[in-house]
Amino acid sequence: MLKTFPKGGVHPAEGKYSANSVIETLSLPKTVSIPISQHIGAPSKAIVAKGDKVKVGDKIAESTGFVSANIHSSVSGTVVKVDNVLDSTGYKRPCVIINVEEDEWNESIDRSTDLKKEISMTDKEIIQRINESGIVGLGGATFPAHVKLSVPDGKKIDVLIINGVECEPYLTSDHRLMLEKAEEMLVGIQILMKALSVNRALIGIENNKPDAINYLQNLVKDYPGIEVHALKVQYPQGGEKQLIKALINREVPSGALPLNVGAVVHNVGTALAVYDAVQKNKPLFERVVTLTGKSVKKPSNFMVRIGTPVNELIEAAGGLPEDTGKVINGGPMMGKALNSLDVPVVKGTSGILIMPAELSPRKKESDCIRCAKCVSVCPQGLEPYLLNKQAQLEKYDNLEASAVMDCIECGSCAYTCPAGLPLLDYIRLGKSKVSQIIRSRKQ
Amino acid sequence: MSTTILFTIISLSAIGAIAAIILYFVAQKFKVYEDPRIDQVEEILPAANCGGCGYPGCRGFAEAMVKADDLSPFYCPVGGNETMTQAAEILGKAVEAKDPLVAVIRCSGSPAHRERVNTYDGASSCTISSSLYSGETGCQFGCLGLGDCVDVCDFDAIYMDEETGLPVVIDDNCTACGACVKACPNIIIELRKKNKKDRKIFVSCVNEDKGGVAKKACSVACIGCGKCVKACAYDAIVVENFLAYIDPNKCKLCRKCVAECPTNAILEINFPPKKVKTEQAAGETKAPAKPKAETSEKEAPKAESKESKENENNK
Repeated sequence: MLKTFPKGGVHPAEGKYSANSVIETLSLPKTVSIPISQHIGAPSKAIVAKGDKVKVGDKIAESTGFVSANIHSSVSGTVVKVDNVLDSTGYKRPCVIINVEEDEWNESIDRSTDLKKEISMTDKEIIQRINESGIVGLGGATFPAHVKLSVPDGKKIDVLIINGVECEPYLTSDHRLMLEKAEEMLVGIQILMKALSVNRALIGIENNKPDAINYLQNLVKDYPGIEVHALKVQYPQGGEKQLIKALINREVPSGALPLNVGAVVHNVGTALAVYDAVQKNKPLFERVVTLTGKSVKKPSNFMVRIGTPVNELIEAAGGLPEDTGKVINGGPMMGKALNSLDVPVVKGTSGILIMPAELSPRKKESDCIRCAKCVSVCPQGLEPYLLNKQAQLEKYDNLEASAVMDCIECGSCAYTCPAGLPLLDYIRLGKSKVSQIIRSRKQ
Repeated sequence: MSTTILFTIISLSAIGAIAAIILYFVAQKFKVYEDPRIDQVEEILPAANCGGCGYPGCRGFAEAMVKADDLSPFYCPVGGNETMTQAAEILGKAVEAKDPLVAVIRCSGSPAHRERVNTYDGASSCTISSSLYSGETGCQFGCLGLGDCVDVCDFDAIYMDEETGLPVVIDDNCTACGACVKACPNIIIELRKKNKKDRKIFVSCVNEDKGGVAKKACSVACIGCGKCVKACAYDAIVVENFLAYIDPNKCKLCRKCVAECPTNAILEINFPPKKVKTEQAAGETKAPAKPKAETSEKEAPKAESKESKENENNK
């Protein structure tokens, strides 16, 4: 029996069309617009101005706190302006817009492709370098990586969990990365293990990627302490709380963090970025992005510079299909439809999904019949129909008591609701109101 | 048989009488004194329990007024000055008359003026829509058109105009309770002074983008050019963040700014038509705003609908 998390979950059609497309490097765009806040936490501050010349890997925005991240230029060229541009959040946000000229990298970056296995840095230096390189969780949540590695005093971490689950349907960027950059990723995991001073790391991969599981299982023989585990296909296994439960059978208590149960979770993409940063001194300025969809001519996986307009990816994959209904940033379950195709790829963009018109509209709303399907699929054991109602009636005290803050926004409830209710929309609204209330109470 | 009935009646009456006597004394003993004026004041309040005064319902407002020494911070927007004077008489205190207010919608971005660039099909709520996207048009400040303000209005004073996709305030019903102001996530609605004959002049725009960006997104946006500031003889207009704002307390309703505005972002409502001379001068540039200006508020949507008929792309 394969491992999985015990409570709730759904299994939507997988649609991994791009699983066999080798990662291609996308040609450089003419201009890039790099948002100066691409992570959870305090927004960064731009340190370049109009007219400045930048090289690939130069820092262009500085972190403004502990939970914040540096931003580096992904291209070389001239800064045109720092202005508000529509980005994938759906809002106009400050971006650094750079005109691309040549491809000149910062001299300190090691551009060779040789695998460097030796880890010469100490744990403090590693965390410092990760912080400096602006690495955030590349699974999509974009939480600054150095924060997760800085374990507070009195807490003991005994296992590092590497998330290769890729439970979102359609997306294949992590899958391809595990096949093509496996060795680098494994060295990256070793670096993370050293930074956390743990000697055990578990890679969790869903069973719909048997090639990656077999390949990595062979490779890890040379890497002591790293184990590869196949998991039953079940959404949202990529949620860190679900993955911890599935792999080591520990339950993260309500309101607590994984480090309360002695685990830290990082994505495979993050592990690769850590390798690049620590061994090659290359900051995070490019990532693998899946471009896929049922009617897309050439479903692909691209290595993309941060700030490239989504349009360019679509062109490279054979253009926008005629029957397009929605273009989604991320997977179909948690992703958010884009309201413009000019928005830039950011650190958290794991995929761009083009949904045909026939598959994209929402179901017509009708009344809740208390069938409790949402309750049975909620991986966090919440009651989505109740949270939905409480949020609509603005009963924020009750919402907080119903543990709305434990919702991981996986969307399983809305996916399964036979009445087509926008459950997650209201729950998310309730969450933001409750977190405001909690924050104001603390002050 | 009859004696049973008799005994039952007598015994029950006796129990009832004894209980009544006990309850009478208990009630006397534990009586809570309540200022009778609270009831009197509550009586004259509108009983809308809208919360527009800032207190939890009319009873709460009455209690607070009876306790207070000074009535100046209190105002019932629904009852207005009349109610406040009556309340002051009951309490034997003085109250100053306040200018009545009315809600105005500071957005004219109908589909004819503001092109739709994407479609939102999520939950039908402005608050949710605004937490996800900047709206269906290029303007991220304006009306989202999903009607949160209509839902919260207890007085049927707002409805959505189907042609323009914008909310319309019925001035006669509006009590200025402020519920819509709080409900609107983009803070488009403002409570402004209700002038004589409901005349109003205000900047019908909240776009804080630079002029070019604002104009591109919406043809009736305020571009922050500052022409109105120069035209105003009373220093009533300030431009901040590329957006003009007319201070209702300083504005003398002279209408000079209306003619100056190159984008017709300043609306004049419930004014008589201008004299022929000025109308010709302004006629070329400000055609779209005129129907609204020359008709009463209730007819305004009809007039506006004529202009935007060609565009049926609204909600």
